[in-house]
Amino acid sequence: MNKIISKEYFSDKVVKLVVENPLIARSRKPGNFVMLRIGEDGERFPLTIAGADPVKGTITLVVQIMGVSSSKLVALEVGESITDLVGPLGKPTHIEKIGTILAAGGGVGVAPLLPIVEAFKKAGNRVVTVIAARNKDLIILEDEIRKWSDELVVMTDDGSYGRQGLVTAGMEEIIQREKVDECIVIGPAIMMKFASMLTKKYNIPTQASLNSIMVDGTGMCGACRVTVGGKTKFTCVDGPEFDAHQVNFDEMLMRLGGYVQEEKKATEIYSQKL
Amino acid sequence: MSLTPEYLKEERNQEWRAELRSKTKNKDRMLISRVKMPELAPEIRVRYQDREVNMGLEPEQAQKEATRCMDCANPTCIEGCPVNINIPKFIKYIEKGEILNAAATLKETNALPAVCGRVCPQEKQCESRCFYVDKLDKQAVAIGHLERFAADFERNSGVSNVPETAKPNGIKVATVGSGPASLSFAGDMVKYGYDVTVFEALHEIGGVLKYGIPEFRLPNSVVDFELENLRKMGVKFETNYIVGRTSSFDDLKEEGYKGFFVASGAGLPRFMEIPGENYNGILSSNEYLTRVNLMGASTSNTDTPVLRGKNVAVIGGGNTAMDSVRTALRLGAERAIIIYRRSEAEMPARIEEVHHAKEEGVEFMTLCNPLEYFANEKGRVKGMRLNRMGLGEPDASGRRRPMPIDGSEFELDVDLVVVAVGVSPNPLVPSCLPDLKVTKWGTIVVDEEKMQSSIPDLFAGGDIVRGGATVILAMGDGRRAAENMHQFLQKTSIN
Ligand SMILES: Cc1cc2nc3c(=O)[nH]c(=O)nc-3n(C[C@H](O)[C@H](O)[C@H](O)COP(=O)(O)OP(=O)(O)OC[C@H]3O[C@@H](n4cnc5c(N)ncnc54)[C@H](O)[C@@H]3O)c2cc1C
Ligand SMILES: Cc1cc2nc3c(=O)[nH]c(=O)nc-3n(C[C@H](O)[C@H](O)[C@H](O)COP(=O)(O)OP(=O)(O)OC[C@H]3O[C@@H](n4cnc5c(N)ncnc54)[C@H](O)[C@@H]3O)c2cc1C
Ligand code: SF4
Ligand code: SF4
Ligand code: FES
Repeated sequence: MNKIISKEYFSDKVVKLVVENPLIARSRKPGNFVMLRIGEDGERFPLTIAGADPVKGTITLVVQIMGVSSSKLVALEVGESITDLVGPLGKPTHIEKIGTILAAGGGVGVAPLLPIVEAFKKAGNRVVTVIAARNKDLIILEDEIRKWSDELVVMTDDGSYGRQGLVTAGMEEIIQREKVDECIVIGPAIMMKFASMLTKKYNIPTQASLNSIMVDGTGMCGACRVTVGGKTKFTCVDGPEFDAHQVNFDEMLMRLGGYVQEEKKATEIYSQKL
Repeated sequence: MSLTPEYLKEERNQEWRAELRSKTKNKDRMLISRVKMPELAPEIRVRYQDREVNMGLEPEQAQKEATRCMDCANPTCIEGCPVNINIPKFIKYIEKGEILNAAATLKETNALPAVCGRVCPQEKQCESRCFYVDKLDKQAVAIGHLERFAADFERNSGVSNVPETAKPNGIKVATVGSGPASLSFAGDMVKYGYDVTVFEALHEIGGVLKYGIPEFRLPNSVVDFELENLRKMGVKFETNYIVGRTSSFDDLKEEGYKGFFVASGAGLPRFMEIPGENYNGILSSNEYLTRVNLMGASTSNTDTPVLRGKNVAVIGGGNTAMDSVRTALRLGAERAIIIYRRSEAEMPARIEEVHHAKEEGVEFMTLCNPLEYFANEKGRVKGMRLNRMGLGEPDASGRRRPMPIDGSEFELDVDLVVVAVGVSPNPLVPSCLPDLKVTKWGTIVVDEEKMQSSIPDLFAGGDIVRGGATVILAMGDGRRAAENMHQFLQKTSIN
């Protein structure tokens, strides 16, 4: 159980892992995530299921190295096992034939976007995708996303690959060019905030997949709470996808910084140990 | 096993008990004063999250306390115990010095005596019905302390008394969750001969016993010992497995499971929905206690962080609030305050916990209610506004209703707030079974006697049925569910 079958570096910071877990592979749906724990002293942390093969009994995770937990995961070798892996968690994405979908992914958010793009395409939608990152090295899953998109726009902040500019610039161009029925955005909170402001201006229904801080991932602790439409919601059980226009992104950004001091310290200690 | 009056009488008439009764006069028994539990000194214990406050009775203390018990002809204490432990019998074994027999007596009806001896609200249960309280207006026999003594003695003796199990009948049953309800169900079903698997969503077995109740009240090693016993009896455990998610009930039926016991608890924290409650530094007691107890955040070698505060406010008056406020002290708080909207008399926490909290220096601001929180420029809480409350007429719960006093508002500096104002039933199982009947509060509806739900092969018990209750009530539910599921499955498998 939970054995790492393969490990592929997209860049020095972004890694794709294929992990054995037949039960999750069978039951997961696009938009679901898992909680992981590496080692007996590890913390629980969430990662989206970027894909699954129910026949082989494997799931795919794409992780960006941020701090201790993501580093510990990536340090595992092929053949080693993840101590604890539970899922699938969260509500799956609501997929149906709507018309034209504009999917936007920033950074490692492209990984969770992939199964959603695939599902919308398979449901008969026209899918236009914009993926963006700070620079060329951080663009991931380009070919996989292209396979399920009618059109793909790649953007980098520094212009080192694709077109230069922020994800919102690419999105706005498409919105002005053709009728978009629904948007889905996944990426850093700040990116989702601005993408959401953009689509609100054009009145396009938009889903955002929120990456709150989590402890259990099962609705037990409330660490992941966000304000949506003025009400407190738990990202892990009520989400992770919400109507982006109702999300209080400023509060979410503030809450993401809630443990910055503690995380910094943990990362320092961890890198000293290495 | 039910304790009929005839059975109790027969047991009481056994020679050894009659002999013990005649050895000491009742008058002399009554002269002994109630034992005091040895405790770690408050100034020492507030430095350790993991050192148990109650240290346990010495054998002489236990024997003397056991001598107080009069082995009543009509032992009303038993009626106060939700699992009907044969209280005089186990206590008399202690008086006689046969502690392992005392422990075996406990195990007849209680799968987790070392746990119950520590966390039962005895003053409201068995001890409230003791002859000493009922008829003599004296302090009850310390049933809880004695129960703990016998269970600990057995654990430390190295002689493990694994109860006998019937021949395996090959019928698979599943239990959802691994809290006390589930564990007692599993223990009984494996005794009847079933092939029992416990499914738990988290990475540890034990439910609230592990993630909620702190080490200083209930060491994990005590829970683990009991789990080891269940393992030896043949119970299987699957962690990281969410029934309804990882697999559906239908998937499990396909794998051959014939009966389900849902004991998924009341794990969802409530918040007060007041302004500023989502600032950083304001968290649910579940989050706070889970970080510390389940994830070990108070020790330096684990990755899970926990926020530490100088001025910590804990909102609520139950066991959860007491556990949180005492944890805050142990994590270095200079001021740790309980804020409760009723008066101390209405606090639902165990009396012992309130007493221990006071000894440790916890401040009690009763009849106060939070209205709003304030934060610094980084969004971290720095203060709160409250008002004082008066007590009005009794409400539906029979407790006097707290009413805000006009013009009584005041502010308090705090840098960490733990909200412990109650929990709601875990909605996961009901949400994936549309045919399952639930109340408007989200608890599962069951036949009170049988614990059977609106789906015949699904039984339920513990907090998912009762809302927030107690360990022992959860265990009682587990036992009843086991007895009735056994009958149900015998009938259906014959047909
Ligand atoms: C539902 C969900 C799905 C996710 N899916 C993925 C995924 O597929 N791939 C992936 O790489 N990451 C994903 N994340 C984010 C991932 O959980 C965090 O990056 C990870 O927990 C960081 O842990 P760490 O110990 O390595 O870093 P930490 O030391 O905890 O954090 C390092 C830095 O990252 C910031 N940070 C911490 N947690 C988060 C967070 N949740 N989001 C954004 N910044 C954070 C901290 O403020 C800090 O500055 C997901 C999060 C959620 C809630
Ligand atoms: C901090 C705290 C202190 C307390 N102190 C006391 C005390 O001193 N004395 C006392 O008598 N009572 C106390 N209680 C109350 C007592 O702990 C509970 O009443 C009791 O634990 C309820 O038991 P349970 O078996 O119903 O479920 P729980 O102990 O709540 O366990 C339920 C388990 O089910 C798991 N689960 C949920 N859904 C699923 C699913 N779909 N699949 C798999 N697993 C699932 C959960 O992860 C959890 O581990 C306290 C409670 C708390 C929170
Ligand atoms: S289980 Fe609880 S109520 Fe029953 S005898 Fe023991 S302490 Fe008392
Ligand atoms: S009621 Fe009190 S004195 Fe009587 S048997 Fe029970 S514990 Fe002993
Ligand atoms: S992560 Fe604990 S409630 Fe969502």
